[in-house]
Amino acid sequence: MGEGNRGKDVKGQKFMSVKITGFDSSFKYEVAREPGAENIRFCFQCGDCTASCPVREVEARYNPRKIIHMVLLGMKERVFKSDFVWLCAACYSCQERCPQNVKISEVMNALKNLAVRSGYVHPSLKKQAELIQSFGRLYEIEDFDNKRRQRLGLPALKAKIEEVGKIFERWTTNDEQ
Amino acid sequence: MKYALFLGCTVPVRGTHYELSARKVANRLGLEFVEIEDFSCCGFPVKATNAEIAFLLAARNLSLAESKDIETICTLCSSCTSTLTEAAKRIKEEYSTKERVNKQLSHLKREVKGKTKIKHFARLIYEEIGLENIRKLIQRPLNSLKVAVHSGCHYLKPSEVFEHFDEPEIPRTLKELVEVTGTFLVEYPEEKNCCGGATMGIDEMTGLRIAKKKLDSVKENKADALIVICPFCDVMYEANQKKIEQTFNENYALPILYYPQLLGLALGIEPKELGFQFNTVKADSVLTKIGL
Repeated sequence: MGEGNRGKDVKGQKFMSVKITGFDSSFKYEVAREPGAENIRFCFQCGDCTASCPVREVEARYNPRKIIHMVLLGMKERVFKSDFVWLCAACYSCQERCPQNVKISEVMNALKNLAVRSGYVHPSLKKQAELIQSFGRLYEIEDFDNKRRQRLGLPALKAKIEEVGKIFERWTTNDEQ
Repeated sequence: MKYALFLGCTVPVRGTHYELSARKVANRLGLEFVEIEDFSCCGFPVKATNAEIAFLLAARNLSLAESKDIETICTLCSSCTSTLTEAAKRIKEEYSTKERVNKQLSHLKREVKGKTKIKHFARLIYEEIGLENIRKLIQRPLNSLKVAVHSGCHYLKPSEVFEHFDEPEIPRTLKELVEVTGTFLVEYPEEKNCCGGATMGIDEMTGLRIAKKKLDSVKENKADALIVICPFCDVMYEANQKKIEQTFNENYALPILYYPQLLGLALGIEPKELGFQFNTVKADSVLTKIGL
């Protein structure tokens, strides 16, 4: 991780050095191997993404240009440990406008996937995945729901889609993938 | 023509008014829906944690439609729309992806070819019924209403997977569909802003602040209602409207209508059949304006 070190040189000029120990220069390649994130290295830092971002408009912690540059510099741990990676709303505004065809929404998703594989996962996303694994849907359909649907003339829904659980299971127990 | 109706997760639980009105309007327009009870979540909510599992869920849903010889899936949720459309496109165009997915699906004794088309309800009626035919069926022109339109994100984007049927920077299909009902369109600066739905589980304040910007802008421009076509957007603007009012000390009382509710009114269908009793922000002011 980079750490600032301020001081004065022999002529009395102020300087600041940045230690870059702990940077992982291969991180950008790791990200670029994820589906959709291939073009990340073409970013020339114009900032169209940040200017287009609805999350950025209300929350200064989230800044897609900064995140992309941090990836290119190899600041892997800092990106994974940050809370802002999870804030992307997946609206695709940035992606539609990127002049370098960096699929920014996909890059953000790739970062989330990589973070999960490294053991960092946002609890609400973990919960979502668990619900879908259990029921096949984000919300459990109970008898009450189906009775209500019947009253309204709507077809009943299956309470559990078992094949979805099987897809998750195979993925977590099998390494053939 | 028969279409498989894809409900997704949110519509059956939090969008009863959407499902009721969409089915009613489809019926009136002569569209036939086939129910596939094994359809699951589209995969979108799993994408952030594991894009490959998300893709498999989408592919499995596509394979179900193929096995019943359904050419087109009609979606109601915009996020289901983009997730399934992208999966179908990749399976069709990337041989290695198709091979990989089918290897996984073979354990479920399923196979996907990538033949299925996916159309959001709004796109389906825009393309398969057409504005002129809809116009002929209007029984109750809604000339006294002024509405704002929210096309949302995943109905249009990423545009490359949608064959550019609409233009994300100048969305028009939903606006044209709204105009056909006779209502006056209110233009407002925040029209293309996202609802913020995907950030709610991560940081609620961020989501509410994003949604607030749109509600402010719609209110400032004096629309009678905001028209939406996605259950995520509806949850943000309708179900969370009270919370936004309380958090930021605002007062909107802005009715949020799903597009088929608006079209249904214009087609002469009764509000109750269109699920108006399930709108959490009561739309009585809209109904009064059109004399109901």
